[in-house]
Amino acid sequence: MRHLLSTGDLSRDEATLILDTAAELAQVGDRSVKKLPTLRGRTVVNLFYEDSTRTRTSFELAAKRLSADVINFSAKGSSVSKGESLKDTALTLQAMGADAVVIRHSASGAAHRLANWVDGSVLNAGDGTHEHPTQALLDAYTMRDRLGRLEGLRVAVVGDILHSRVARSNVLLLTTLGAHVTLVAPPTLLPVSVNTWPCEVSYDLDEVLPKSDVVMMLRVQAERMRDSFFPSVREYSRNYGLDGERLGRMPAEAIVMHPGPMVRGMEISAEVADSPRCTVTEQVANGVSLRMAVLYLLLGGS
Amino acid sequence: MPESTGPHLIRGARPLGGDPVDLLFADGRIAAIGPDLEAPEGAQVVDATGLIALPGLVDLHTHLREPGREDAETVASGSRSAAMGGYTSVHAMANTEPVADTAGVVEQVWRLGREAGYCDVRPVGAVTVGLAGQQLAEIGAMADSAARVRVFSDDGICVWDALLMRRALEYVKAFDGVIAQHAQEPRLTEGAQMNEGCVSDRLGLPGWPAVAEEAIIARDCLLAQHVGSRLHVCHVSTKGSVDIIRWAKERGCDVTAEVTPHHLLLTDELVESYDPIYKVNPPLRTAEDVQALREGLADGTIDIVATDHAPHPKEAKETEWSTAAMGMVGLETALAVVQQTMVDTGLLTWAQVADRMSTAPARIGRVGGHGRELAVGEPANVVLYDPEAPVGVDGEAMATKSSNTPFRGLTLPGQVRATFLRGAPTVLEGKIN
Ligand SMILES: [Zn+2]
Repeated sequence: MRHLLSTGDLSRDEATLILDTAAELAQVGDRSVKKLPTLRGRTVVNLFYEDSTRTRTSFELAAKRLSADVINFSAKGSSVSKGESLKDTALTLQAMGADAVVIRHSASGAAHRLANWVDGSVLNAGDGTHEHPTQALLDAYTMRDRLGRLEGLRVAVVGDILHSRVARSNVLLLTTLGAHVTLVAPPTLLPVSVNTWPCEVSYDLDEVLPKSDVVMMLRVQAERMRDSFFPSVREYSRNYGLDGERLGRMPAEAIVMHPGPMVRGMEISAEVADSPRCTVTEQVANGVSLRMAVLYLLLGGS
Repeated sequence: MPESTGPHLIRGARPLGGDPVDLLFADGRIAAIGPDLEAPEGAQVVDATGLIALPGLVDLHTHLREPGREDAETVASGSRSAAMGGYTSVHAMANTEPVADTAGVVEQVWRLGREAGYCDVRPVGAVTVGLAGQQLAEIGAMADSAARVRVFSDDGICVWDALLMRRALEYVKAFDGVIAQHAQEPRLTEGAQMNEGCVSDRLGLPGWPAVAEEAIIARDCLLAQHVGSRLHVCHVSTKGSVDIIRWAKERGCDVTAEVTPHHLLLTDELVESYDPIYKVNPPLRTAEDVQALREGLADGTIDIVATDHAPHPKEAKETEWSTAAMGMVGLETALAVVQQTMVDTGLLTWAQVADRMSTAPARIGRVGGHGRELAVGEPANVVLYDPEAPVGVDGEAMATKSSNTPFRGLTLPGQVRATFLRGAPTVLEGKIN
């Protein structure tokens, strides 16, 4: 494995190795000295074209805990078109001898393009509406941690599937790992070819909830209403929002996940967000261990 | 500009793929056809053993970029590229900077073509002022100009307003013009980046649904029939579009349609690479669409092959997919791609290729002196093509100023050996003359 661009590229063994490695590295976070010398002398570049303090910080922390040198490359303020700056930036990083580039970009496929232009490893930290592989990996890690298994687990992913890189990466990864995924959304927020995806589809959240071990709520942007994906925020909330009452209809052990940041009210009520069954803060903590594992495996740390 | 030259005796070429025969070109015309012709005094003899002779190709859809984007292509460089592809006449699309929406601009393009001298350049006039879709351009003035424009198109943009489209169709009847429509419903394709389907869903790129093309074609066929005018549909790309055009022709609509070489060969699976070399408008579609387009071209539902040659400088393609420019160069590879997809598959004979790539486009565009029979007395506009000379495609080696060919890395089955424009070789031994 040289790059991590899509969870679709991961075999079951590779994905499991990443999760197992993350579990080992998680123990480092519990020590008083939270550092390993593994990637000493290696350079990891955080190349963020899109603001995401959470993801950037998580990668930065992961790299630093492995003793890598971290550069946060500012991709903003460039007067040239985005496209030109991506290739120019790639050549700059190449010249600086970056061992790994973590890229977040608003264009689907930007990480793939970058991988053609640099010798080091490329980690896709979210590209447009395409994929967000480390998010899916940390989600799978969290599910396995909480529920003890992934094989046969019933996972409902709810909300704006069409525009969600998290949903795409999760469907591919969870299916590889033996879980059953059901996508729940109004038809306007589902991809046109969703019937060819390796998952179930439902328009009815209430029907799916009692049969789910995991319910993953996605962020729904209010702008989607203006683009006529649904008639009103109220109608969306009524049909696809998760509140206390709906939480009560889920199996007792079932958990609620959210890739964050949560907007309380529309897709998830405050009551659910603060419930002990909601794993949002664990997901954040697990993200660091998981990203350490990916960096460790990609850079072949010794 | 090619020197005007003396007679040329073409030995052993196969007109329309038939039996070998000699052809004599003199004074710009085909002076004689027959076995073992004698070379007149001063004639240059061209050995054409095994080569197929076709009437010089005519492209109804070429982007020459001048004026405005001379970094991508000029009338001169685009004409050379056309000659290398076996073309003797090309239509220059109107989406230049400034837009070709006045007699002045179309005459400029026409003159530049004449000065370059590699092929006849017929400008296409814009349908609406500035391609803005608000107000008809001075179509009549362009028709009356020295460029004698007969084809009008806002190509790159759809004439979306149904009333404006109706008026344009009606207006050009006065001088036997045709409206060439770029069929793309704008609302259904907002932000679209590639064909809508399994691949776009997988890649997370906003999709361009087939129905956005088909809905406009259906509307325009009905409009054209209602007002009794000629409609030409640019770069048809979906199976549904072929079905609609077949239906419209059956009910008596005077509609013609074109398909590009790239839509005859390539599918949207190629976008998996995220390489913008495959980014084009309309987008590459599915294998099922490709099959329907080939069948439509074979049975005459689609009348012609047009290149939609769309050169772009390197930096417009060396970028992430969503910011990259749409378009591909195609003049120099068109005939070989048609051989591979249509002739070698048994769907078209060489005589039918001559119809689809020369006779029919000349008729649709009302181009005089091109797309004629290979017969004594006709203008000597001829291409000599070797169907058994496979060649690896390399954009850098082309005559066009740009190198954005989607066939890069492929081996195509044949090559143009010579192109004659009114008896003068613009290409000889596979090189610009
Ligand atoms: Zn077009």
